Amino acid sequence: MAAVGQVIRSEWTKIRSVRSTVWTLGIAVLVTVGLGMLICTLANHDFNSMPPRDRLSFDATNISFAGMGLGQLAMIVFGVLVVSNEYSTGMIRASLAAVPQRGTFLFCKLLVATALVFVVGLATSFVTFFAGQAMLGDLRAHLGDPGVLRAVIGGGLYMTLIALFSMAVATMLRSPMLSLGILMPFFFLISNILGNVSATRKIGRFLPDQAGSKIMQVVPRAGEDVPYGPWGGLGIMIAWTVLALAGGYVLLKRRDA
Amino acid sequence: MIELEGLTKHYGDKVAVDHLTFTVRPGIITGFLGPNGAGKSTTMRMMLDLDNPTSGTVRIDGKHYRQLEDPLTYIGALLEAKAVHGGRSAANHLLCLAQSNGIPRSRVGEVLEMVGLSSVARKRAKGFSLGMGQRLGIAAALLGDPQVLLFDEPVNGLDPEGIHWIRNLMKHLAAQGRTVFVSSHLMSEMALTADHLVVIGQGRLMADTSMKDFIHQNSRSYVRMRSPEQQKLLDLLRAEGIHAVAAGGGALEIDGVPAERLGELAAAHHLTLHELSPQQASLEEAFMRLTAASVEYHAHNGEPVPVRTAAVPGTPQPAGARPGEPQPTGWGTDWQKKRS
Repeated sequence: MAAVGQVIRSEWTKIRSVRSTVWTLGIAVLVTVGLGMLICTLANHDFNSMPPRDRLSFDATNISFAGMGLGQLAMIVFGVLVVSNEYSTGMIRASLAAVPQRGTFLFCKLLVATALVFVVGLATSFVTFFAGQAMLGDLRAHLGDPGVLRAVIGGGLYMTLIALFSMAVATMLRSPMLSLGILMPFFFLISNILGNVSATRKIGRFLPDQAGSKIMQVVPRAGEDVPYGPWGGLGIMIAWTVLALAGGYVLLKRRDA
Repeated sequence: MIELEGLTKHYGDKVAVDHLTFTVRPGIITGFLGPNGAGKSTTMRMMLDLDNPTSGTVRIDGKHYRQLEDPLTYIGALLEAKAVHGGRSAANHLLCLAQSNGIPRSRVGEVLEMVGLSSVARKRAKGFSLGMGQRLGIAAALLGDPQVLLFDEPVNGLDPEGIHWIRNLMKHLAAQGRTVFVSSHLMSEMALTADHLVVIGQGRLMADTSMKDFIHQNSRSYVRMRSPEQQKLLDLLRAEGIHAVAAGGGALEIDGVPAERLGELAAAHHLTLHELSPQQASLEEAFMRLTAASVEYHAHNGEPVPVRTAAVPGTPQPAGARPGEPQPTGWGTDWQKKRS
């Protein structure tokens, strides 16, 4: 059996020795924080002209995460590249010859990448929260308010799970182009469309990103009626991720490298 | 030591590797020869447990690949040049492989020095030439100081200096008592490096013989004669007790008689000769004929076709293909017996 500690060290060397790691994670942080601050500034200006119904359901915490919709795309790119780079470069054969226990190989790779994403995601979530609140003036929420800390930590978990889900999908599909070609439009367009068209809304809210992002809400949206709470939503996202991981593991085990 | 037993790989209906059984012994270089698409790379990938065999097994020092603890310290492989993330430096590429097998970091510098890449250790692999990529692959194979080494087409894309270097490296490794298994589609390359030869065609074992025997069987020299008075020449030769065989294009082939004697004989009997040429069958031709035969067997549904019919006039023919003559024992014959 390959020693897990050795493989984790090896995977860490792999991640830290390519530039795409810094680029993708850096863009994820910048876009999430920058866009969040921008939208918070705009919301602060517009608040007085909002209809009263919207003012009641104004969620200062959630609005500071507005940049995550775009920032998560960079997280998806990170997740996809971490796995599919092995295939697109042919490195996978050297990697599997070094660690023929494919379960150990995949588990260690995903563990290292996920741990890194969690640290970056959690930090991003806190930074974007504080930066966003600073732009909101009197409307700001405080970390001590009910549900706010949960939402901020949840933001970090959400980004981590999006990246892990992407890694799992890339494990199944292998090709970076194919993986990105499916994941990017799915999370950027299709999921939003399904979630906003009344006929498909009931399905749309069970998609990983929509269910998972519930954890970042503190004030429920007006007229919204979802059958799960913040942790239930995250649970749905975790279930999707576990399913994708199982698929990736089974395929990696069975397939020729 | 590598032992293959009935190794078989199917891709759908296509049989890529067909019941391969042979042993790769330590202390010598074993050449693995076959035309492109014969199944060499598939076989090597199955040896490393990268591809799952349809049936059969591979054992390395008696163990299945997956049972090896820190496999890079048992067996090192060069599968394809530049199977490297282009954005990673040579040193980091080797470091991540070393770490996964508990090989000390200092070894990375050692193998880079060994293959002559020390000066570009910190450079990203993207900018490497094919030859440098090949050297990096060899550095990775040597990383764990393994007793077994696999090289898949190691001289591809190398300049003459690099080819020379690889040949010497392989000889050096074998001389240290290691098992060296190297694939190629060039017989001439194998003749220079290998001590033992395993030939496959269409996934089947066609020969498993020592290089010495192979050369002995195939390095036949003969004399070719052409005359406008062929019948007269034949009669003359027969009278002298010399056995001649008709080849294509009105030529005769004579074994074991020097060209000088044949020329003098013809002159003494006032025979016009259009050709009198000593011929040497090359190993490359012997190899091509061996593997071309596998294609013919396949195409004609198991019916052996005399290879001679395909002979092009002017092409020297080595022994073993003459109709009516007993086939030489040695390479290929086991396989032919099995088929017929």
